[in-house]
Amino acid sequence: MVMDRRAAVAQLLAARNGALVITGLGSPSYDVHAAGDSADNYYLWGAMGGAALTGLGLAQAQPDRRVMVITGDGEMLMAYGALATISVAKPKNLDIIVLDNQHFGETGMQASHTGQGIALDRVAAASGFAETGELRELAEVEALATRLHQPAQGPRLFVLKIEAENLPRSLPPRDAVAIKNRFRAHLGLGTC
Amino acid sequence: MTVADPIARDLALHWPEAVYDVLKASGIRQMCYVPDAGHSTLIRLFGADPEVKCNVLTTEEEGIAIATGAWLGGQRSVVLMQSSGVGNCINMLSLPVQSRTPLLMLVTMRGEWAEFNPWQVPMGRAVEASLRAIGVTVLRAETGADLVETVEQAAGMAFDGDQQIAVLIGQRLLGKKKW
Repeated sequence: MVMDRRAAVAQLLAARNGALVITGLGSPSYDVHAAGDSADNYYLWGAMGGAALTGLGLAQAQPDRRVMVITGDGEMLMAYGALATISVAKPKNLDIIVLDNQHFGETGMQASHTGQGIALDRVAAASGFAETGELRELAEVEALATRLHQPAQGPRLFVLKIEAENLPRSLPPRDAVAIKNRFRAHLGLGTC
Repeated sequence: MTVADPIARDLALHWPEAVYDVLKASGIRQMCYVPDAGHSTLIRLFGADPEVKCNVLTTEEEGIAIATGAWLGGQRSVVLMQSSGVGNCINMLSLPVQSRTPLLMLVTMRGEWAEFNPWQVPMGRAVEASLRAIGVTVLRAETGADLVETVEQAAGMAFDGDQQIAVLIGQRLLGKKKW
C-alpha cells in the first residue's frame, strides 16, 4: 500500500501551523509548490544531500519555530551521515519527511536503496532520532500532522511510502537569491 | 583577553585565540567542523562557548548546508575543515554560491609544507583551483598576524557583502605534524 504524494504533502502543509519548510530537489520541491507557493518555503533545485542539514542550520537559528524538511528517498540517501549529525545536534524543532517512492524519479525511475532493504526511518531510529515511523496510507497522514504539532524531545523523521510516478511538474522559482530574500523577509531579517 | 587588549599576543603562537575573538566580534553563532589538529584550539574555545551552537560533521559538505540554513534563519556561522575536506564540498557549494548566501570557511592546509604523508598532497594541491572553479573567493595567510587580519575582513565581506569566502591557513603557519 502506498499513497498519493501530492495529497499527502498538501495535507501536511495545510496543517503546517507556521512551520518553516525546506524542500529537497526534484519532485518534493514540485509537490510543495503544487500545494501553494509561500514565503516560508525554501526550495532546493540542486545541492543533493543538503536539504536536511539546511533544515538543521535553520532550526538552530530559529529555535522557537518548527522546521519541516520535505525531501525524497534519493536525496536523503545522499545525506546518510546527516542522520548522525542531526541526531547528535538534538534539535527539538526539526522534522524530516521523506517522500519515499523507492526510485530516483527525476532521472528515469531507477531503483533506489529503499526498495532493497534500507528503511530510512529505522536508520534514523538507530541513529537516535526521538521519533520515527513509516506511513503507507493517506489516512495516517492526518494523525501525523497532528502529532507534529506536539512538542518533540529531539529530531523526528517519518517516511511516507508514495506511488512511483512522475506527476505534471509544478515548478517553483529557480531564482535562489529571490527565494532566500523572500524567506528572510518573512522572518523579519534584512537582505544585502 | 581580546585582540583589543593593549598587551599584544604573540600571534605566531596564539593566533587561534585571536581568530576566536575576531569571529566572536563578527557575530558568529554557529560553528561546525570536521576536526583538524590545526583547528583544535578553536574547536575547544567554541565548544566551551554557550553562545555558539557547535556541530560535529560526518563529512565537510554537511557544514556548507548547515551554514546556508543558519543564514536563512538569521545566524552567522563558520565552517572549519582540513584541506582534504574541500573536495567533499564542491557540489554542495553550489547552494551558497547560487543563493548568494554568506559563507565563511577556515581551511587548514596539508600537503604543501614539511608534509610527511604524501596522500595529503593531491587534494592540498587542488584546494585553491577547485574552490575558485565553483565560485568561492580564496584568501590565504602564512603568518598568525596575517591570518587574524584576513579572517576579520573575510567575515566582513561574507556577512555584510553576501560573499562565499574560504580562508586557507598555510601549513607553514601550522607547523610540522609530530608523529
